[in-house]
Amino acid sequence: MSLMDILSIVIPSTMLWAAPLIFTALGGTFSERSGVVNIGLEGLMVIGAFTAIVFNLTFAHVFGEMTPWVSLLAAMVIGGLFSVIHAVASITFRADQTVSGVAINLLAVGVSLFLVKFIYDKGQTDIIQKGFSKVDIPLLSDIPIIGKIFFSNTYYTSYVAIIVAIIAWYVIFKTPFGLRLRSVGEHPMAADTMGINVTRIRYIAVILSGALGGIGGGIYAQSITSDFSHSTISGQGFMALAAMIFGKWHPLGAMGAALFFGFAQSLSIIGSSLPFLENIPNVYLLAAPYVLTILALTGFIGRADAPKASGVPYIKGSR
Amino acid sequence: MSSRMKNIIVPVLAVLLGIIVGTIIMLVTGYDAGAAFIALWDGAFGDIYYTGETIRQITPYILAGLAVGFAFKTGLFNIGVEGQLLVGWLAAVWVGVAFELPKVIHLPLAVLAAAVAGALWAFIPGLLKAKFRVHEVIVTIMMNYVALHVVNHVIRTVLSNKSDRTADIYASASLRSPFLEGLTDYSRLHWGIIVALICVIIMWFILEKTSRGYELKAVGFNQHASEYAGMNVKSNIILSMVISGAFAGLAGAMEGLGTFGYQSISGGFTGVGFDGIAVALLGGNTPIGIVLAAILFGSLKVGALNMPLEAGVPNELVDIIIALIVFFVAASYMIRIFIDRIGKKGAK
Repeated sequence: MSLMDILSIVIPSTMLWAAPLIFTALGGTFSERSGVVNIGLEGLMVIGAFTAIVFNLTFAHVFGEMTPWVSLLAAMVIGGLFSVIHAVASITFRADQTVSGVAINLLAVGVSLFLVKFIYDKGQTDIIQKGFSKVDIPLLSDIPIIGKIFFSNTYYTSYVAIIVAIIAWYVIFKTPFGLRLRSVGEHPMAADTMGINVTRIRYIAVILSGALGGIGGGIYAQSITSDFSHSTISGQGFMALAAMIFGKWHPLGAMGAALFFGFAQSLSIIGSSLPFLENIPNVYLLAAPYVLTILALTGFIGRADAPKASGVPYIKGSR
Repeated sequence: MSSRMKNIIVPVLAVLLGIIVGTIIMLVTGYDAGAAFIALWDGAFGDIYYTGETIRQITPYILAGLAVGFAFKTGLFNIGVEGQLLVGWLAAVWVGVAFELPKVIHLPLAVLAAAVAGALWAFIPGLLKAKFRVHEVIVTIMMNYVALHVVNHVIRTVLSNKSDRTADIYASASLRSPFLEGLTDYSRLHWGIIVALICVIIMWFILEKTSRGYELKAVGFNQHASEYAGMNVKSNIILSMVISGAFAGLAGAMEGLGTFGYQSISGGFTGVGFDGIAVALLGGNTPIGIVLAAILFGSLKVGALNMPLEAGVPNELVDIIIALIVFFVAASYMIRIFIDRIGKKGAK
């Protein structure tokens, strides 16, 4: 097996696994940059996956080939709406943000499985017929070497994820909104003094995280599992959280980390078919993202520091 | 209204609100709410067999609740109970299958192994928090997944020959009891409930009757004041995590030595660790509160299994109610303000 063959297997697979992580990690970045810890990302992905699959199954005959994309929009909207619960609890009611995130995770699994049984009268949905499928991207896949490695047998969603990461970087670091977002996350009192509506910015950020998490779940369900059951989303949300931290709360960093974690995940699945990896137990690959995140937090791989006001409810007038 | 009174009313209101919203969900989706709650009650207490199963489920909930609650007392949020539980389960089963010893030695050894394994797993986030000021929430979440994959790997390669479960433990390490099983119409009730209740007393004793416990609580209230008073904040943080992890490991031992008698590989978590957060939160992190909350959640979980059979309502409804209860306790700011308003009106 030549290097070329290996790359043309590994890279598309990496990008397939990374796309949901990128979206969800970006969601986490928005939320935490505004000072709201969101460990409910897992639950938001569950809601996104559930919505996308149900929408897809219901409307496949209406939208035809466009179904997965429209389903993704539905997942985005419902994910955004669901995250309002977290926003109300942690911003308005000053709940412990970690606890509220745990409640989101429990609630998402409960609600989505309850509704699956309510709608379909069984524990899991049927397999969707119109999922995201592998494509050779026109024109780009004709480029010699690069075309075969990066643009053949791949998914459009992976490229959308990378583009959205770049947009997120632009929004957070180059626009007035981004500056406000970051200031609210670092020093809400100072931001408030300057006339920034802390509550409003935080609400927007949390809803954005819900929308992006919903998209992440929707992509995962429609390109990897193709149905929805209790085990559809099992830890991807927490892995996205890890990617966000490993990427040091920076959109492009989060994207890089998500790609790397996607690489580790895909190797743990396709590794047995690659010549130099078949003897490595895949426990190392499976555990690698989490171990690396712990090391990054500890400072062994460049210290990762959270936004200063992250996790602290803002109470007007208190010092 | 006294704050003590409020501490009791808030969780009670949260439970009521959770049940009310759960009822609304059933009404909206057209399920028979009355039949669902009757089925829930029957499924938890309607028969001596179900009661046995309920008590069996309460056992790990108490221990998981103690684990979360103990760390909370020192101001630490241990979301890693799930992972500590898995390594505790593994350690207990490992000792259980590795050798045959007289019961008086083997059983305590297996239980102890679980506590030590859980404690070691929690020692890492404790150490990182104390030495590097790394937030324990993230580290414990990551350690959960490391535990999941490592435990699966050990089961597959060390404790079995590429099989998906370990062998059954020797009877000498088992918590099973023919007496309790006979008493409850052959449910899986085992002696673990005694272990759990002993741990409740241990938590109460450490926190209320020892100077170490006083220090742990002081660090939870105010780290800087504790340091100024000459307490070693770092060692208290590590100790709190270690004790918390030991409780979590014991919860794993209950599953490994009592309920199942083996461990199988799994793609996800048991959920007991996350439910432990709900238990501790609702119980106000006090030993007696944790027992009461564990009884409530244990009954809900076991009773729920009867809901699809008897009332045709999906058992996930109970998961929704539990999540809502956590949510309402977390957002108790709202409930407290509400109580204050009512209290003021009454005073006029």
